[in-house]
Amino acid sequence: MRAPDTILPLQAEGLGFAAGGVQILRDVTLTIEAGPPTFLIGPNGAGKSVLLRLLHRLLIPTAGRVSWSGLPGEAARRQAMVFQRPVLLRRSVLANVLYPLRLAGLARAERARRAQEGLDLVGLTALAGRPARRLSGGEQQRLALARAAALQPEVLFLDEPCASLDPAATRAVEEIVAALAARGTKIVMTTHDLGQARRLAGDVVFLHRGRVLEHSPAESFFAEPETREAAAFLRGELVW
Amino acid sequence: MHDLSDAVSTALRLVASADPAVVQVVLLSLRVSLTAVAVAALIGLPLGALLAVSRFPGRRPIIVVLNALMGLPPVVAGLLIYLLLSRSGPLGSLGLLFTPAAMVIAQATLITPILAALARQVLEGLWEEYAEQLRSFGAGPWRAVPTLLWDGRFALLTVLLAGFGRASAEVGAVIIVGGNIEGFTRVMTTAIALETSKGDLPLALALGMVLMTIVLAVNALAQGLRDVSARWAG
Repeated sequence: MRAPDTILPLQAEGLGFAAGGVQILRDVTLTIEAGPPTFLIGPNGAGKSVLLRLLHRLLIPTAGRVSWSGLPGEAARRQAMVFQRPVLLRRSVLANVLYPLRLAGLARAERARRAQEGLDLVGLTALAGRPARRLSGGEQQRLALARAAALQPEVLFLDEPCASLDPAATRAVEEIVAALAARGTKIVMTTHDLGQARRLAGDVVFLHRGRVLEHSPAESFFAEPETREAAAFLRGELVW
Repeated sequence: MHDLSDAVSTALRLVASADPAVVQVVLLSLRVSLTAVAVAALIGLPLGALLAVSRFPGRRPIIVVLNALMGLPPVVAGLLIYLLLSRSGPLGSLGLLFTPAAMVIAQATLITPILAALARQVLEGLWEEYAEQLRSFGAGPWRAVPTLLWDGRFALLTVLLAGFGRASAEVGAVIIVGGNIEGFTRVMTTAIALETSKGDLPLALALGMVLMTIVLAVNALAQGLRDVSARWAG
């Protein structure tokens, strides 16, 4: 049973994060709306992963705030995250998908149904009984996606999900992400792969040295970036 | 030399014929040590898991004390339990001194810190790896405890075997609180210690052989578990 309301738009106001005396993010104000995938891009160290973790509440901001629409308490249940290096439990493939469904308090039949759907979505049904950590890197990341998808989140955060994958596995992950986006899941994703952003992004948030310099529709961002830094980044110059 | 070979052959015959006196002592040893491991596991493993996931002031001193208690001399553990259970002690009215129950309590006291300290080490690494993902699923440290205990199951079984090895091989604690009463509280280690001093070498040797076999079997089991664990940990 899903509430008819939505937790989007997601708003960040004046968001800052410092750790160990280093200011990693400063003054990030951002609105993320329902729709096609939002991509956070920028050079290494720009603060993409930290911003993602702040939005998902894995980190607590040292300044500013993150707010969701809808009922309080709803937001946490309706978002999920997949990490660069998938964290798989030392259990079978199927047990990995079932685990968060049980935490979410779903009934047994519903858990089984959703887990099956999730594994079907990523094409791992045949491997359901295998130890999850013996899968290949690409299969592990697909399993992490299946596990997140089975939660049926409204917003799915992806932190460089293809960073350590070969092209074939990257393609498989991109197809799954596109399928999730097509069925209405809001994707918020970081990548350092500009080709991937061009293929999947609806809008682009460009980060540079802990600040958001641009937030525009993907088409216009790639055609005519507004800032010098973004233009240089798109040309493949070394920007930091 | 002649005496020794005689003793060895008598010992072998005792073991091969499953001599009732030997069997009784071996069975009591296993019963006491396995029960002690079970009791210590119920307390030590969750305690180790909690220490692995929680952060509070005083956590580090507790870990230091726990690690130090891993080296608790069995005779000291035995002495403490003796004082507790002796007739004038706080738990003296229970009448447990010189019973197998007292031996279980003493061995459990000895190995609970070992299980807790080793479990903490094993599970802390696992928690570091899992923490972010589990928080993303909405599971905080408390909810993580059963998850870690299950996902660390193979490593924890090895920890239990270490505890069992320690319990079954110690003599100081059980001799103080058990008293090596024949047919009642006599276990392998106390029998070996006392029969040797009395000159009954065959019985001591026979029990020594059984004890060595058990220790070898426990280690073989631990090795096997590591192999299974590697399969699941990837």
